[in-house]
Amino acid sequence: MKRFIGFVKKEFYHIFRDRRSMFILFGMPIAQIMLFGFAITNEINNVEIAILDKSKDAETTMIINKINASKYFNIENEIISENQIEEVFKKGKVKAVLVFEKDFAKNLQAQKKGSIQVISDATDPNTANTITNYTQAILQNYQQELNQGIESPYQIKTQSQMYYNPELKSVFNFVPGVMTVILMLVSAMMTSISITREKELGTMEILLVSPLKPFLVIIGKVFPYIFLSIINAIVIIVLSIFVFNVPVVGSLFLLGFESILFIITSLTLGVLISTIAQTQQAALMISLMGLMLPVILLSGFIFPLSSMPLPLQVISNIIPAKWFIIILKGIMLKGVGIAQLWKETGILIFMALFFTVLSIRNYKIRLE
Amino acid sequence: MKTIIYIVQKEFKQIMRNKGMLPIILVLPLLQLLILSNAATFEVKNIQFSYVNYDKTTSSNALLDRFRASTYFNIVEDFPSKKLADDAMEKGRVEVILEIPRNFESNLVKNETADLAVYINAIDGAKAGVQNVYVNQIIRSYNQEILINAYQQNQQLTRPINIEIIPSFWYNNTLNYKTYMVPGILVLLVTMITLFLSGMNIVREKEMGTLEQINVTPIKKYQFIIGKLFPFWVLGMLILTVGLIIAKLIFAIPIIGNIALIYLFSSVYILVILGMGLLISNFTDTQQQAMFIAWFFVVIFILMSGLFTPIESMPIWAQNMTLFNPIRYFVEVIRMVMLKGSGFSDISRQFFIICFYAFLMNGLAVWSYKKTN
Repeated sequence: MKRFIGFVKKEFYHIFRDRRSMFILFGMPIAQIMLFGFAITNEINNVEIAILDKSKDAETTMIINKINASKYFNIENEIISENQIEEVFKKGKVKAVLVFEKDFAKNLQAQKKGSIQVISDATDPNTANTITNYTQAILQNYQQELNQGIESPYQIKTQSQMYYNPELKSVFNFVPGVMTVILMLVSAMMTSISITREKELGTMEILLVSPLKPFLVIIGKVFPYIFLSIINAIVIIVLSIFVFNVPVVGSLFLLGFESILFIITSLTLGVLISTIAQTQQAALMISLMGLMLPVILLSGFIFPLSSMPLPLQVISNIIPAKWFIIILKGIMLKGVGIAQLWKETGILIFMALFFTVLSIRNYKIRLE
Repeated sequence: MKTIIYIVQKEFKQIMRNKGMLPIILVLPLLQLLILSNAATFEVKNIQFSYVNYDKTTSSNALLDRFRASTYFNIVEDFPSKKLADDAMEKGRVEVILEIPRNFESNLVKNETADLAVYINAIDGAKAGVQNVYVNQIIRSYNQEILINAYQQNQQLTRPINIEIIPSFWYNNTLNYKTYMVPGILVLLVTMITLFLSGMNIVREKEMGTLEQINVTPIKKYQFIIGKLFPFWVLGMLILTVGLIIAKLIFAIPIIGNIALIYLFSSVYILVILGMGLLISNFTDTQQQAMFIAWFFVVIFILMSGLFTPIESMPIWAQNMTLFNPIRYFVEVIRMVMLKGSGFSDISRQFFIICFYAFLMNGLAVWSYKKTN
């Protein structure tokens, strides 16, 4: 035991001596949370649009003003002919062109009908769709203003209530995601690299002939990263509560327990990678190239899982991050307890055991 | 020149000899392009929809039929009470609950107005916003139908003004997400591979002690650097090429613009990334450090590139930050050229900026590279 503690101490020194890595290890979560909280959002606003007004009457001016006043759109420029639409799209700045038909106001008075064409650059389907929806909403409001006084019968009024995140802040969705990505990559990547590093430099053999049992050597190497990851988890949670007002409705204790469980799952995955990879470079490529994108894309972090094709939804089940994100959202935002999360928790425990068994079977005490 | 060719040969041999790395370098990114491109969609469909119908009349059933008919909604369950529906939302089984109050129909007939309540799981705010729009569209169109019937029965009513929106989606009229994402993800993979490999390469020699051996040879600094980086440049272009072929043949992504333009831009772009990798190598002592720094920058560059989330929605300071992000320019350019057919004059701004960065990065890298420690 004493030997083991000595070994762990040595590992700690080893990591903390490297100031640059320390700086990044702790700076990274802060930088990412700040970016996601303040800068990155998948809401759409300030979209540059252009106007082609073939009518130029009081009504169209009114509508243009309304659109300009909304936070969603900036009217970039007026264009004079249909030919220019292609030109502005190719430059890439303008995302949509609103075309008012000729005699817009006249038609509105005579036939009580007017039409506006919304041509959008649909290379980005999400933005194109949202622009269309937003313009629709703005025009509907305007239409209601025009129709004031005309009591139209049979109105169904809908009240929408947004649960768990009434202000629709995107940071509520991103905090669990960022936390997962960081814990996963720091734990899996760091361990896999640090173990293969010993292999590559030939120092692993020295460790293996030491009186410490091989599994204690591995645990000793993994231990500091558990500690580091826990600190990272705490930093992320504290920042999200105090800087972004993300609530933790559920039990902090459960949150801590689940975080440690996830860290352990990721660490065992890291150990597994290190049993496969012979060089640091290989370990890096597997853990970084192999884990980063799947964790970001298939965990429900940025893109909704329910919209993906079925085979991908099935694949997503083997990504530990998916289950941890469900757990985090459940505890932090919904306030649910273990009664609702036992399945996800069980899956993580199973994965940790599975990776451990696989690593032990893969592990060669004698290096060739 | 001869010296450079020898180093290039040596480096290529070293890469090719490493049987374990080759599949990781070449296959992993392309496999990811094939699989993950299907995952990147902000489309909202398969909405787990449920309802509580306290009314159970012809009107409420007719309204629910509209939800059943819509392709966006999967009707999960018909709950007898709001409480049970809430529990299901808590467990994550349903995302949207529509509550139809008692007397929905009689209110509509008698008072000419009726209320509906919609509850949405809004943890993902953007998704909840879209779900809300879809729900309201269905309810509105149902309302519209009732109104039209009313006007037909009673000609006395004044018709309200109606402004119609005619949407038209250019360049991607089926709103296919892959068209947008595949070129972007390709950029990402090319960037990651070239940055990680070049960033680790020289520091690896440092760590192993072999760099000193090279330093005592008469090879000049620039010869060594060019020789080291050229293979990675080739590798990057190779992955780009295979990726473009996959995009075209498997995802049927249109390539409207001039493909030479994409290659011109990429060839300079990869130089920027290689310069960054070299710079990272110069400032680190171990592969672990190098990889950390590379990862740190890559994550920030990806997030701020407009690849997944629009740049226009960022606050101004963040938008200004993206001006220093090379990935941003490549993502913009490859999408513009491939999907819209933008020409050189449309992308010249991005091209000159990236040329400037190439000089800057490589200049700094060569300058900071020391032959002697």
